[in-house]
Amino acid sequence: MKIEVKDAPGQLVASLKPISEAGGNVIAVIHEWDPTLRPKTRIVHVVLDLPDDRIDGLVESLTSKGVSILRMGEERLLMKRSVIMIGHLMHTDISDTVDRIDCTGFAEVVEMHMTMPGIAQRSSALLTISATNRAHMETAMEILRSVAKQKELLLVEPMEESI
Amino acid sequence: MKVAILGLGSVGRGVISVLARKDLGIVVTGIADSRSGVMDPAGIDLAAVLTRKAETGRCGEPDILGEDIVKNGDYDVLVEVTPTDIVTGEPALTSIRTALSRGKHVVTSNKGPLALQYTELMRLAEENGVHMRYEATVCGAIPIIQTLQHGLAGNKVHAVYGVLNGTCNYILTRMADEGLTYDQALAEAREMGYAEADPTSDVKGIDTALKLVILANTIWKNGVTLGDVDCTGIDLLTAEALTLAESQNCTIRLIGEVVPERDLLRVSPCILPKKHPLVVRDTLNAVTVVTDMAGAITQVGKGAGSVETASAVIGDLLFIRDCHVRGD
Ligand SMILES: NC(=O)c1ccc[n+]([C@@H]2O[C@H](COP(=O)([O-])OP(=O)(O)OC[C@H]3O[C@@H](n4cnc5c(N)ncnc54)[C@H](OP(=O)(O)O)[C@@H]3O)[C@@H](O)[C@H]2O)c1
Repeated sequence: MKIEVKDAPGQLVASLKPISEAGGNVIAVIHEWDPTLRPKTRIVHVVLDLPDDRIDGLVESLTSKGVSILRMGEERLLMKRSVIMIGHLMHTDISDTVDRIDCTGFAEVVEMHMTMPGIAQRSSALLTISATNRAHMETAMEILRSVAKQKELLLVEPMEESI
Repeated sequence: MKVAILGLGSVGRGVISVLARKDLGIVVTGIADSRSGVMDPAGIDLAAVLTRKAETGRCGEPDILGEDIVKNGDYDVLVEVTPTDIVTGEPALTSIRTALSRGKHVVTSNKGPLALQYTELMRLAEENGVHMRYEATVCGAIPIIQTLQHGLAGNKVHAVYGVLNGTCNYILTRMADEGLTYDQALAEAREMGYAEADPTSDVKGIDTALKLVILANTIWKNGVTLGDVDCTGIDLLTAEALTLAESQNCTIRLIGEVVPERDLLRVSPCILPKKHPLVVRDTLNAVTVVTDMAGAITQVGKGAGSVETASAVIGDLLFIRDCHVRGD
């Protein structure tokens, strides 16, 4: 997202603080110099990784600190969600399951931990899915739900509180 | 205020022992279990009934039946605390209909009749100018129905989320704490008396779904029934799944959710951060209501137990007394 801060000492730090307080991870800070801008104002480009449900809170605390947000490119926000799948994961071709998400182009499985207690027993896997925005994440989850249904796997999702 | 009580199991005995102990101005004129009954318009000796039940397994005479009490008894409020039947709702459904039609208030802890015929029973109560109250059906001692109907009156309720089944919560707590398998944790829950001989209704999420149906009807009067609930239980969860959740600083709980704006009426095991307010331990229940004015309100408490459930029944009785019967 692109934020605008006043060019006073400590301003940038002050504006980054709410991000870490919100549990966000600053990936990059890019300063932009724009001669058309009013003096003592700077545009800073902040790339960050923040759980989706905390975005609103961050925007609020930034605004309350006098930081104005010029633009929030949702596509820049890397969303992650971890789900657990239980069942005969190998027999039902786990790599195909992963492929169905990866082939969308807008979401991918970025992490997977699988435990297999025994050949005949059901295995469990933690899949972390990354998507470019909330709508894409929801689409990815829909795909996963239908795959789980078709392959008779139990899909355990995080509880979503947003309405 | 005169009360007749049907059912003398865990809940019925809890109610009677509280009424015997506390001077609440409530006179019990009829009591029945599955094989016997007592009636006395002047008031039954409650301590004597409890002793007789404990010693003989019957509360009264075999020729007095629950249905006689419902039809002919002299009472203001029927307390219906017989076993839940989710297919027919009987015998409770008939008892409740009869009492309401006679112009008697009803208080029940039985989910069956309400989950099946919420709209009909409420209409019947209204037509007859009486109350039909059911605090004990959802989350035992937690006054969630009071909260929704009175405490949050005027609010628009956006969503309800909750841990509504203590048996499942106990099993999941034990699986997470001790790395037990589902079967081991279930066996332990049985030993502790938290799970019934046939745990199907609890572990398949049906009990939670019934409670969701009652909550949804209470809030939105939308006439939903059990068939409308997308229901997944906990019986296919593995110990490894709990460990994987733990690795993310999360755990798994069986969550019931109603969010009409998202067309959501669902029971499913969900991943929650361990510090989430709905992550309660052992047999506790927890429920969050999200409204336009109040925001989110979470209540935590005992979802079952003899005296705990009696607390909800007594609360309903006193509500009726204070609103209606007093001064009659
Ligand atoms: N236990 C809890 O903590 C709890 C919490 C919330 C809600 N509830 C609900 O409350 C209700 C009662 O639960 P509970 O645990 O007390 O059940 P319970 O221990 O099984 O007792 C049921 C009682 O109902 C009697 N009964 C059965 N059929 C009857 C009939 N036709 N007429 C009159 N009495 C009849 C039984 O008689 P006998 O004694 O002769 O067998 C028994 O006394 C259930 O619907 C349950 O789902 C229970």
